[in-house]
Amino acid sequence: MLDVKELSVDIGRIVAHRGDRMLDVKELSVSYGSCTVVDRLSFHVSEGQWLMIVGPNGAGKSTVLNAVTQGVAYSGTVSLRGKDVKKISAAQRAKEVGVLAQNHFVGYEFTVEEVVRLGRYAYSSRVLAGRKDEDEKAVDDALALTGMEALRGQSVLKLSGGELQRTFLAQVFAQDPKLLLLDEPTNHLDLVYQKQVFELIAQWVKQPGRAVVSVVHDLSLAKAFGSDALLMSRGRLVAQGEIDEVLRPEHLDPVYHMDVCAWMREMLSQWKTME
Amino acid sequence: MRKRPEHFRPIEYVMFSLVTLAVMCLCVCVGSVSIPLPETVRVIWSALTGQEQTSGLSNSIILSVRLPRVFCVALSGSALSLAGAAMQGLLKNPLADGSTLGVSSGASLGAVLAIALGVTIPGLPFSGTMVMAILFAFLSLLVILGLAYKLDYSLSTNTIILIGVIYSMFMSSLMSIVITFAADKIQSITFWTMGSLQNSSYKNAAILLVAFLLCGGVLFFHARELNAFAVGEDNARHVGVDVRRTKLTVLIMVSILIGVCVSIGGTISFVGLVTPHMVRMIVGPNHRRLLPASAFGGAVFLLLADLAARILLNPRELPIGVVTSLVGAVVFVFIFYQTRKN
Repeated sequence: MLDVKELSVDIGRIVAHRGDRMLDVKELSVSYGSCTVVDRLSFHVSEGQWLMIVGPNGAGKSTVLNAVTQGVAYSGTVSLRGKDVKKISAAQRAKEVGVLAQNHFVGYEFTVEEVVRLGRYAYSSRVLAGRKDEDEKAVDDALALTGMEALRGQSVLKLSGGELQRTFLAQVFAQDPKLLLLDEPTNHLDLVYQKQVFELIAQWVKQPGRAVVSVVHDLSLAKAFGSDALLMSRGRLVAQGEIDEVLRPEHLDPVYHMDVCAWMREMLSQWKTME
Repeated sequence: MRKRPEHFRPIEYVMFSLVTLAVMCLCVCVGSVSIPLPETVRVIWSALTGQEQTSGLSNSIILSVRLPRVFCVALSGSALSLAGAAMQGLLKNPLADGSTLGVSSGASLGAVLAIALGVTIPGLPFSGTMVMAILFAFLSLLVILGLAYKLDYSLSTNTIILIGVIYSMFMSSLMSIVITFAADKIQSITFWTMGSLQNSSYKNAAILLVAFLLCGGVLFFHARELNAFAVGEDNARHVGVDVRRTKLTVLIMVSILIGVCVSIGGTISFVGLVTPHMVRMIVGPNHRRLLPASAFGGAVFLLLADLAARILLNPRELPIGVVTSLVGAVVFVFIFYQTRKN
């Protein structure tokens, strides 16, 4: 029998070394009309970190990720390795930052391989340029890593939710970014896929020079895989630091308006009779 | 399970070209007066090689009536299909097209205004209509997409169609107002709004060819960006596509293509909807293959539609737009049904 505690250490917890500063967010504010979604938020991410952004619905978590990829207008600065993101090209940014979104609605019958190949967009310069071995290898490796090799010729419209998410995970692996942003990537996946996706990412981030920032709702998942956490509420920062320091009752309870730990314990206790 | 090549292969270019050429020959030969193929080939050959022209009837029918018309029809079909394919990729919506979005109506209003107000550019006859049509096509796209994004960020099929319908109605009522005020120009406006490639000239064909090569070329070089958009605009941004620049470039190219086509042949609806849809079933959704295949497919589709318009009610001739709309409406319902099912 595997000890549960040991397993959780095995699958996650990147406490290893903290390398160079990758992402620097300073005084980030985002407003939609008169509604301020993110309010003067500052944080940074270094190599080797897996930062979990947690908080109730409407806290502005996904908006923070959108700002990093220039998907929303914002004030404040977002810099990647010291360079203002606004001043680097989209392709340059994509080599540094990859995103795995929550939902995907592909409109046409692209094959798995075609979607994964898009991950190499930032690397290949022209439409007429032939295939480069390097790109081919990245695509093949990504497909193999995510277990999508057998389905590479399959139409993405015919995939299950889990397979589709793995296709996009393969795309972002092929993109070979240094920083991976995850926006509740397993929200609508069943447990098997949830486990698979998180384990794959845990493997990925172990390589030197990489880091992950993810938005998650499931606090247990956050605790199992994250090294650090950032707790937000209504666009504002409540607490940040190492994960066990942040996810504590004194921070969580006022934000969620409930006794979070008691609830978690109660949920777990449902399984006691099974042991 | 399919393994599709990434590019449109040379053999496919040859095959599609042959089919297009064959249909072009058919359209030159068949008509109210049928001319046998050997005769047609002989006439064209002697014209090409600069031999002395015989002044026969078939000579003048082929060289001054059918050939320029066939060129114009083929190029209009290609241009409209390319525009449709590009827009369907950009908006990730298989129902997007100049006519369903209302861009063609916008371009028509521009052209009608140019005729009514007598807008001309010195030294370039006809160019006033064309420039106004292009300008209005682009402005229409901006208005329509601006409205659509405001109302429904995901640009769902229903929103697009609703806005397209409303916009088209708005444009045609504006057009009616313009026509009411320009009673003296009513004849040339009516003639133009009928939308026909009946009086095509080699000059028109040359203009279409230039627009097609320039805009088609630019669109073709954006095939990978269009692929990314067709998967999703956010995904395109994530993999490193300069979303804003791509959108602007594609919209300008589409406006020019539609504007030029409308100013030469009036509004010919649904070509950009029907062809890319059919072609996608053959070559797949990858724009590196879809764009060239759509260009050929569009030429073939519009040539056949034109042929049908000429011979179905012979000796009367149907406007070409009637034929494309008949086919287009059916295909539209079919695609709409499919997207709803998905």
